[in-house]
Amino acid sequence: MAQPEPEARTAAPATTEIVPVNLPPVAAAPEPLADPRTGDVDEWGRSENIRSIVRRIYDPMYRHWFRAEWEGMDKIPTEGGALLVANHAGAIPSDAPAIMHGVETELGRPVYGLADHFFKGTPVVGTLWARAGGVVAHPDNAYRLLRHQQQLVLVFPEGSKGPAKTYNERYRLRRFGRGGFVEIAMRAGVPIIPIAVVGAEESMPILFKLPSVARALGAPYFPITANMALGPLAAAVHFPAKFKLRVLDPVSFPDVEPAQPRYSRSRIMDESEAIRQQIQEALFDMLRQRRSVWFG
Amino acid sequence: MGRRILVTGLATYWGGRLAQALEADPDVDVIIGLDTRRPTVALERTEYVRSDENYSILSRIVRATGIDTIAHTFLVVDSTQMSSRTMHEINVIGTMNLLAAASAAGSTVRTVAVKSSAHVYGSSPKDPYWFRETDRRVNSARTKVERSLLEVEGYVRDFARDNPHVSLALLRCSNVIGPDLATPITKALTLPVVPKVAGFDPRLQLIHEDDVVAAIMFALEHRLAGIYNVAADGMIPWSEVCAIAGRHGLPLPPVATALTTEILRRLGIIDLPPELLQVLTYGRGLDNRRLKEAGFSYRYTTAGAVEAFMEAVRLRSTIGDRDTGYRYEDDVEQFFRHSPSVNRGVRP
Repeated sequence: MAQPEPEARTAAPATTEIVPVNLPPVAAAPEPLADPRTGDVDEWGRSENIRSIVRRIYDPMYRHWFRAEWEGMDKIPTEGGALLVANHAGAIPSDAPAIMHGVETELGRPVYGLADHFFKGTPVVGTLWARAGGVVAHPDNAYRLLRHQQQLVLVFPEGSKGPAKTYNERYRLRRFGRGGFVEIAMRAGVPIIPIAVVGAEESMPILFKLPSVARALGAPYFPITANMALGPLAAAVHFPAKFKLRVLDPVSFPDVEPAQPRYSRSRIMDESEAIRQQIQEALFDMLRQRRSVWFG
Repeated sequence: MGRRILVTGLATYWGGRLAQALEADPDVDVIIGLDTRRPTVALERTEYVRSDENYSILSRIVRATGIDTIAHTFLVVDSTQMSSRTMHEINVIGTMNLLAAASAAGSTVRTVAVKSSAHVYGSSPKDPYWFRETDRRVNSARTKVERSLLEVEGYVRDFARDNPHVSLALLRCSNVIGPDLATPITKALTLPVVPKVAGFDPRLQLIHEDDVVAAIMFALEHRLAGIYNVAADGMIPWSEVCAIAGRHGLPLPPVATALTTEILRRLGIIDLPPELLQVLTYGRGLDNRRLKEAGFSYRYTTAGAVEAFMEAVRLRSTIGDRDTGYRYEDDVEQFFRHSPSVNRGVRP
């Protein structure tokens, strides 16, 4: 079959006059170019490589020193965002690494730990802290992590008031901030998962505090701990208190519309207080059953 | 009818780049460039008007030419370029006069784009990791360039409020990097060892120079109104920036860092201004979603911008500076623009 000749090619142009056309140079197509990243540090400063090294170093500590024991780990979702909320204790808090390590090894998904901006402003410590999953506790950061990236985020609503309390006040929860964690969870539309931790209080008990030193250092508090009695090196080592962690029933807010600019203050305070009560009661329950600080 | 555009700071890098980009746009009828110095790039149809640094001539130009669009690219965001007094004149007084002329009775100006900088957000440990356009800075501004830019933005806000019929886009650009632009960051990355603050490895967000020009063009074309962050996707540690550049870091002490940079400056090695030092300590990220939602797409990521810059550095180290040897000659430029013998519309 003969190929039909295209008509356009045979048709002569109507006018032969050549019009000089001044075309602008063809702009390069604005298609995005590849992203030549060389490292694995994410936008929060967390590095999975460094995190896995930290996990490898910390694992013997977690298993054989603190002998962490979980109860109800299955209540933490394996996908989707959730805000983990726990009580906070120990001069150098030992609960945050234990919770993050436990969840990451069991569920295989990253946990971002929110903390005071003091860490970020401290050389070396701040960098390591960020690489290991620490994020400055700013509402915008939490919202982005929970809402847009559906991550697990750990927060201690007591803030630095939790670890700053002395030994005689152990396991008595401080005020849960201004309930900001409830507001963020509502806005992000994620459940709150309360966790009660027993053991951290005894791992580094504070005997008394030196507020003037804290002021001079710009730190939230400066503790004198029982661990310091064992020498300068032991000051950074936790006592081998038995760790027990109980995950409580998730609290979600199905009746609340996410992504609102404001939420009812009274509702927030009520929910915050209810969660605080829940953790406090769980702590009392766990302490009733605890026979020994060191053996559980 | 095509647009009639006034570009401030024609002799600056951004003014020159923008004028070149506008010349290629057939919808633009008239481009008038204003500066104290002569243009440094070859321009085909842009008309250069010499002015003093605070633009006292401006209202007459606006009236005489019927300008409908202003691209304000004259803001100084790199404090190492000049004394703080000159910077104040250019930034604050210049913007004040510019906006006064644009809002004068009978002004034909309907679109304004101002290129500002992310320095208005500052950098501190308390910051959110991603600044949104609505966020205010956490600490009060201490450095001169930050204070100057905040004052400028005050005038810009007032202008936008008083002139609701004008679409004003305020573009807050992240730290820029690219083949042709010299900033303290690009200078630092071409040193044999790159300064860093010991103990800190901040995450930075940079932007490629082409994306900045494209963003200004986009704002003018779509008559964007409001504040827009202009920053590439991706926030990467300074150590990774250095790694892409193939350089090792030179740790500066984390205490009394300003003193150390002062010594480096005196030795003529590098001038790291205080506002940049803050960024090199705590980092800074901008939420760029607003501009993307408006329809803009970035060509380079942060890492891609660094890579593109390093490619240019490598090329330059082999073939030398890509100096076009262009010099602005009044008579020649006048001849090309106004002589009846020149075939206009044909590229030379």
